[in-house]
Amino acid sequence: MSVPRYWRESKYRYRLIGKRCMRCGALYYPRRAICTRCGSKELEEHQLSERGRIVSWTVIRNPPKDYERFAPYVVALVELEDGVRILSQIVDVEPEEVKAGMMVEATFRKIREDGTSGIIEYGYKFRPPVESKQDSS
Amino acid sequence: MRSVSIAGVGLTQVSEHWERSLADLFVEAAVKAIEDAGVGDPEAVYVANSGSSYIQGQLNLGAMMADALGKAGTPAFTVEAGAASGAVAFHEGVKAVASGLYDIVLVGGVEKVSDASPEEIACFLSMPEDQEYTAYTGITNFGLNALIYRHYMERFGVRQEDIAMLAVRCHEHAEGCPHAMYPFKLSLERILSSPMEADPLHILECSGTGDGAAAVIIQPSKGVDGEVEVAAYSLSTDLTHITERPDIVTFEAVKRASEKAFRMAGISRRDVDVVEIHDETTITGIISLEDMGFAEKGKGATLFTGQEPAAGGKPHVNTFGGLKARGNPVGATGLYQIVEIAMQLEGEAGRCQVDKPEFGLAQSLGGLGSTCAITILRRH
Ligand SMILES: [Zn+2]
Repeated sequence: MSVPRYWRESKYRYRLIGKRCMRCGALYYPRRAICTRCGSKELEEHQLSERGRIVSWTVIRNPPKDYERFAPYVVALVELEDGVRILSQIVDVEPEEVKAGMMVEATFRKIREDGTSGIIEYGYKFRPPVESKQDSS
Repeated sequence: MRSVSIAGVGLTQVSEHWERSLADLFVEAAVKAIEDAGVGDPEAVYVANSGSSYIQGQLNLGAMMADALGKAGTPAFTVEAGAASGAVAFHEGVKAVASGLYDIVLVGGVEKVSDASPEEIACFLSMPEDQEYTAYTGITNFGLNALIYRHYMERFGVRQEDIAMLAVRCHEHAEGCPHAMYPFKLSLERILSSPMEADPLHILECSGTGDGAAAVIIQPSKGVDGEVEVAAYSLSTDLTHITERPDIVTFEAVKRASEKAFRMAGISRRDVDVVEIHDETTITGIISLEDMGFAEKGKGATLFTGQEPAAGGKPHVNTFGGLKARGNPVGATGLYQIVEIAMQLEGEAGRCQVDKPEFGLAQSLGGLGSTCAITILRRH
């Protein structure tokens, strides 16, 4: 992983920045240069909602290289409150407790380490909302 | 454009060929196809491969494979489209002959995954997906299959026992196939008690990758009886992020490519006798059959749960075992499918032979439905 390649995506991954079409309002994540709904090339950066619900999920048992230390881990298709869908690991919950329709929120976590001397990548994962957890305990 | 036919075919067994290189495998399949055709040297070579840049660190396969064949000097091209590489390379070769540019073309696919570790293979198989926002999450190709699998079962109320019957049938068919990687029966119970690959997807519902090569020689059609003609070839693509697809259990590229192919061949689905589908996993195979129109949405599994084959209507599916049991030599897989359809139409399918097929269809996917290539062959 080269430093520029990691750096140029970091804003979008750290703060969930997508794009919004200035003509028709369509939202995109990851960012696009051209709106697939209306064809406009006028898109602006847009802060996505940080909460959403799980549409479908899986548990990765045989992980790719650099993800071995997290396995087994849950990856879900999450629909954010603004309607944008995102793929993300789901953390701070046992795989058996994950359900379709479950509410989750974005959190900032380590994604992977590039060997012992490479860069350590950070970005978003999702977890059950912290306040509802406190409510129930 | 001229009509194009398959003059010769060749393939290697799909296996872990520890002692053999990419070039060894390619040459075996290519020489078999050249000798089977008996029409002389190819004027151009198209090479399909997906993993060599990552697994072997090898680029420029066109020149490498032409040279290995003893044909340095021949124009050569490399085609990569994930697991659809073989089918897309075939289409490029067909277009070159149809246009009149060349009269004899070799299209060969080769893959050698056994040079990679299991973790590297997991990375390789996820490379047809976006690296920055899909693979980045740690999801694998099988994980993506699992996401749509869970959603499919909930949405249509279909049982996993029914979907997994696809794998049972594939293994039954592969029993008589000398080039299959897994030529033995597997019971439904065995498949569904295998460990999870990515919940709810079991390991034995996933195709196993293997090493292999398959090749064809194509030439202008002569219009003689028994000749295997290329009746249609079509390609479509789809949104590469499943997060952006309005319906995650529909492959729009499969719908578009198959519609176009049936129109080009001038036939309907009912005319198709044999089909090789891209069953990377059981669920991908089921959805592919539905989106090609061989079953209603949510009903694909019924093609495998009843008595088989039903009189009239249902095509024979994966008669050599498909990706599941013949094995999945990724970049070569599309050419295995095309060679297998040609073998069926020529009556050369041995113990896998079905009764006098006239039309056969091969369906290939690159990524989880982001590329779909459909090929229809016809016995003249
Ligand atoms: Zn727009």
